[in-house]
Amino acid sequence: MSVPGLTIVKGKTSGAARILQFLNHGLVNLVLAIVAIFWLVPTIGLFIASLRSSTDNSQSGWWDALTKPAQLTLDNYANLLSNSQFMGSFWNTIMITVPATVLVVVIGSLAGYAFSWLKFPGRDWLLLAVIVMLAVPVQLALIPIASLYGKIGLFGSIIGVILFHVAFGLPFAIFLLRNFFTQVPGELMEAARLDGASEWRIFSGVILPLGMPAIASLGIFQFLWVWNDMLVALIFTNATSQPVTVAIQSQLRQFGANIDVLSSGAFLSMIIPLIVFFAFQRYFVTALLAGSQR
Amino acid sequence: MATDIVLPVEPGTEAGEKRPPRRRSGLWIAAGFLAPALVLLGVLVAYPVIYSIWRSLYDASGQNFLGLGNYVTMFTDPGTFTAIKNNVIWVVVAPITCTILGLIFAVLMDKVKWAIAFKLIIFMPMAISMVAAGVIFRTTFQENPNLGAVNAGLVSISKAFSHQSAYPGARPRTQEGITQTGGDIATDSTVSPGAVQNFPLIAIKPADVPGSAKDAVVAKNPASDAIAGTVWLDFVRGGGGTNGEPGDGKKGLPGVKVEAVDSSGKVVGTATTADDGTYAISGLAKGSYTVTLPASNFAPPFNGVSWLGPQLVTAVIILSYVWIWAGFAMVMIASGLSAMDRSLQEAARMDGASEWKVFTRITAPLLSPVLIVVFVTLIINVLKIFDLVYVIPPPSSLPDATVIAVQMWTVSFGGGNNQGLGSALAVLLLILVLPSMIINVRRFREDRDR
Repeated sequence: MSVPGLTIVKGKTSGAARILQFLNHGLVNLVLAIVAIFWLVPTIGLFIASLRSSTDNSQSGWWDALTKPAQLTLDNYANLLSNSQFMGSFWNTIMITVPATVLVVVIGSLAGYAFSWLKFPGRDWLLLAVIVMLAVPVQLALIPIASLYGKIGLFGSIIGVILFHVAFGLPFAIFLLRNFFTQVPGELMEAARLDGASEWRIFSGVILPLGMPAIASLGIFQFLWVWNDMLVALIFTNATSQPVTVAIQSQLRQFGANIDVLSSGAFLSMIIPLIVFFAFQRYFVTALLAGSQR
Repeated sequence: MATDIVLPVEPGTEAGEKRPPRRRSGLWIAAGFLAPALVLLGVLVAYPVIYSIWRSLYDASGQNFLGLGNYVTMFTDPGTFTAIKNNVIWVVVAPITCTILGLIFAVLMDKVKWAIAFKLIIFMPMAISMVAAGVIFRTTFQENPNLGAVNAGLVSISKAFSHQSAYPGARPRTQEGITQTGGDIATDSTVSPGAVQNFPLIAIKPADVPGSAKDAVVAKNPASDAIAGTVWLDFVRGGGGTNGEPGDGKKGLPGVKVEAVDSSGKVVGTATTADDGTYAISGLAKGSYTVTLPASNFAPPFNGVSWLGPQLVTAVIILSYVWIWAGFAMVMIASGLSAMDRSLQEAARMDGASEWKVFTRITAPLLSPVLIVVFVTLIINVLKIFDLVYVIPPPSSLPDATVIAVQMWTVSFGGGNNQGLGSALAVLLLILVLPSMIINVRRFREDRDR
């Protein structure tokens, strides 16, 4: 190894070079610190605004509270929690996101298994069709599905939104899980088959346990995607089935007078995705790396 | 156990091919595994694509065949044309900005001890909804400098560094030989050195008169090479006093710039008024001058930029997009960096190559596959941008900020009620992402053939 060589080179660096390096280091730290502050301030600002009364918010900016901490109050959140319409939309978000995530994971892993380990005619063509669908913009489906839902009475229902999210989550789910499932050692599969295990037993006993990391990645990704969606819900839900993103969006029309509702509502809507994000960040990154061109 | 058995066939599913009975049942099993996905994809993805293409050839009612009429309308209708134009701006600006920032962050992040904290801060916006991000940016970029953080910062910087006009909106007292033209307040006739020229002004808010202002006094007769006089607020609270004459507690206006302008329009002398409003411009040659209070004394103060107005709103929305997606680029590039074999860089450094050279000659070329993936992903993402553009602009500037996806929503659901044109816009989006579909398919084929 060249480790001794390395230490000799290090020993040679002159004092001046070291000072330069230290300055360089300081500069990088400073630049990144400034960037980090710029990135954080907008969010912190809105958070502080959510802790101030609407009167304070209409008279001065959130930074006023830095010198007058007496302005801080939890009233906005208390009002929001007792606002049945807003809490209803919050509940709708959960009712849409959880099933849409679970269904994509279940249906996606079934199909992913079929595409990776079952042999049937037309497999490659079907898989190619799924790959093509990866990039289909949601917009293509809005008008046709709106009229379809209108005809079969799903328009405005939570079920309609869930089905839409599942369908548009599936191409990526199948793509991601198939790629992962094919990496399961063939010997393992063949052994299980020779043991006489049914395809279902192999799927549930071998593939699913081994595929957990990929399934977790997909689940986190889909969860955040659906939780944060506004466009699909904007079209397919109504006042009683709308999720929190649509509720906030409709408040934006009177922006200014209602910054208390907007800021606290936005924060309440962010809490769960942020927890999920920080807790499972690694899996989320894996899903992104798997190539998310949607 | 089973693994001890020497396998007669290659691993994989070829075993099934040699045993026809199992293969037939395998078809049914495969159908069982695939059915839910294929039904959903067929009904909710494949059918709509075909329907949309067909629908885009018909008019709003869906009865009359237009051929490509909607596609022509798209480029002639000012609303949709603005949308297409804005989408071009988005595609040109946003992906490259995110990728470059992501690259810079990823490379610099390597050099600090708090890299994980930095990464989380920059990456965090990816977790929140674009609606929440929109609320954040709408609040930050409000025009009122008392409420919007960005304008608050700009106003306080401009107050600290630039000369503030002291008396916005001031006007001359009429019939005193001075008039206001184009903002400047100037004498009607020329003045010769040795003379006194007064400027009684009105329409100044009491709050704009500084505390240091003293009662206005009549200027002493100037020397033969000077013009002197007084600038004062020719107004007594509660009435009284003589118009055009100082006294009765009228306040002088300190800090007003006064200029002597010769017949060719050149400024030959300047002075600034004292606390009692007096000024004296000295060192003037014999001649006649127009005495002027330049417009800068009376300009309205800087009150922040109209960020969400028609001109700048797209820039703000793109900024919010960069705020969200630079973290994506950074994380993708950072993982490319960490997967990289660093021995080449080490060798180059030992050979005395500068950090910049190491980066441009070795690191960046090795990273280029990752950079291209990030860049292409962002382009596709930007083409379909909807939420931010729908949420951030106030209603008055939405028509100037609109993009294809927003316009598609507006014409088909948001009041336009023309689902023919809406379908055509959706198909336009499909056409725009076609290259990425082809790339996906090609990449898939290569993977399979390997």
